[in-house]
Amino acid sequence: MKNLFKLFSIIILIITSNSYSFAAEKVEYLKTDWSFKGLFGKFDRASLQRGYQVYTEVCASCHSMKYLSYRNLAEPGGPEFSEAQAKAIAASFEVTDGPNSDGEMFTRPGKLSDKFVMPYDNIKAAQAANGGAYPPDMSVLVKARGGGVDYIYSLLQGYEEAPSNVTLDDGVYYNKYMYGNKIRMAAPLSDGLVEYGDGTNATVEQMSKDVTTFLMWSAEPHLESRHQMGFKAIVYLIILTVLVYFSMKKIWSRVESEV
Amino acid sequence: MSDHDYRPKSKVGQWFNDRLPLLTLANHLTDYPTPKNLNYWWTFGGILTFCLITQIVTGLTLAMHYIAHADMAFESVEHIMRDVNYGWLIRYIHANGASMFFLAVYIHIFRSLFYGSYKAPREIIWIIGIIIYLLMMAAAFMGYVLPWGQMSFWGATVITNLFSAIPLVGEGIVTWLWGGYSVDNPTLTRFFTLHYLIPFLILGLVVLHIWALHVPGNNNPVGIDVKKPSKDTVPFHPYIVIKDGFALLMFMIVFAFFVFYAPNILGHADNYIEANPMVTPAHIVPEWYLLPFYAILRSVPDKLLGVVAMLSAILILAVLPWLDTSKIRSAVFRPLYKQFYWILVADVLILGYVGAMPAEGLYLLIARVATAYYFLHFLVILPVLGFKEKTLPVPLSITEPVLGGSPNLAAARNKESKIE
Repeated sequence: MKNLFKLFSIIILIITSNSYSFAAEKVEYLKTDWSFKGLFGKFDRASLQRGYQVYTEVCASCHSMKYLSYRNLAEPGGPEFSEAQAKAIAASFEVTDGPNSDGEMFTRPGKLSDKFVMPYDNIKAAQAANGGAYPPDMSVLVKARGGGVDYIYSLLQGYEEAPSNVTLDDGVYYNKYMYGNKIRMAAPLSDGLVEYGDGTNATVEQMSKDVTTFLMWSAEPHLESRHQMGFKAIVYLIILTVLVYFSMKKIWSRVESEV
Repeated sequence: MSDHDYRPKSKVGQWFNDRLPLLTLANHLTDYPTPKNLNYWWTFGGILTFCLITQIVTGLTLAMHYIAHADMAFESVEHIMRDVNYGWLIRYIHANGASMFFLAVYIHIFRSLFYGSYKAPREIIWIIGIIIYLLMMAAAFMGYVLPWGQMSFWGATVITNLFSAIPLVGEGIVTWLWGGYSVDNPTLTRFFTLHYLIPFLILGLVVLHIWALHVPGNNNPVGIDVKKPSKDTVPFHPYIVIKDGFALLMFMIVFAFFVFYAPNILGHADNYIEANPMVTPAHIVPEWYLLPFYAILRSVPDKLLGVVAMLSAILILAVLPWLDTSKIRSAVFRPLYKQFYWILVADVLILGYVGAMPAEGLYLLIARVATAYYFLHFLVILPVLGFKEKTLPVPLSITEPVLGGSPNLAAARNKESKIE
């Protein structure tokens, strides 16, 4: 039995260390305490709401979030804006709809069921407006980067003067956490860039944390129910395992053999 | 099954059973005499059956929501993750289920290697098992393509391109596989079709695998033939059923941990980037369970020979029953083989590790040495060992080492407790 456990843990260790080793580059990312990590990890509601504010006021001018709908903002496990707030947020965007009965496209205020409005009509338009670089869609960005939240959090704070041996082209910036250190995005955050409604001091660090939390939620909108269900499922399995273990011992006591 | 003279008790049962002997089959399965000294390494057959059923059930559910189209596949997966009720759960079970399936199959295979379960009279069970394993790899590879992320697309490109190594017809075959001049929508739709088909082929082969097993019966840790039924055996039900059930539950706890708390740790981050034929990822790596073979492929400088080496690494297993010349099955009584066995385990783990690393410098050197050793083990060490090795005396029955009264007792018990 013990050996079985040992083997399991060794294999799991090997597998996980393997996937880590090619996922992460050799940089030490900045660390912060994420409320959504761990067995009972949950999102910090206020941080999610602030994160949405940072996204919509800063990131959204270039980065789309095409898999999210405005209704998601009011759903449980997310920023949990009230339905009225979410409707107001949606209505503040112009959405192209149609064709109507005359065959014409028209614009109308957004509804809860609409997807997040994209900053550009298509990838080509996005590239044209950003010197050839395409600002990636942010819906699953956290899961699409090796370092996950720590990487995004660090990247947002990783802008520095380029070392003297590095020459940067026009429109290219130095970021110590970026793969290859060269990034086409100018430092997006500066202290006091947004004004938080709840009075939180909008430092770069605070905004980075908030928007990264928001991105984690957008990538894993069901994270909270996953953690809750996981705990129940594993507790259930452990209890059942113990019961089955004693049943097994009882049944096997009829034969002269170890089990 | 012919040795069964089972008769159902009820009239209806008899009437039915005379026309279709399903009840005889059920009786055979419950009564099936199983060696009573099977250890927990023997529970992985049942665990694998569970894995297969889980993959089929979750896969069917996913297929109801998934759209096999190059422009929509990625989006439909996100739709499953966000909007389908418990879609995230079903998908994470399916995605991690593939890894769990391979984890279990590797333990199952290495158990077989340790206890010599592939030897006469169980060669056919073993060969069917190898075919199942090959089909599993095909199914897993094609399944990984379906979300149409970057690793899906480029993994598919790299693997299908291997066929271009075949002289003369290679390029034509690749075009034929793709259904075009690059990996694109026709490739995706055919991969989806095959990914849907293969599990049912596996299911059929599993039935044959178990049927073939039930002819000679289970091997066991002592590796000797067992009289059936006798005091060396217990009926499959309830003894093995409850033991398999217990082991399965332990396995499910590990499974659940991955699904609920680390669902993406076994995947590659790049697969959350939608496939883009214009951008090649920095490192193209397969899923962890294919890494040892990927390492073998890359360790050979010539493309064609690399492909040949990779295929041989798997196919060599099919002739293993004839490469291993030793008459003794269990490694418990083969002191030398046991050492080489653990070296092989380490060798495969090393291959897996370097398979995940860039093929350059020290990694490449290690990969080459490990590849050479892999073939050396099967082609030289095993055949020679059968003649040279001085094996320990083997007990006459299972009861003997268990109940005592034999000079071999101490040795057998010692050896066994070490492995257990």
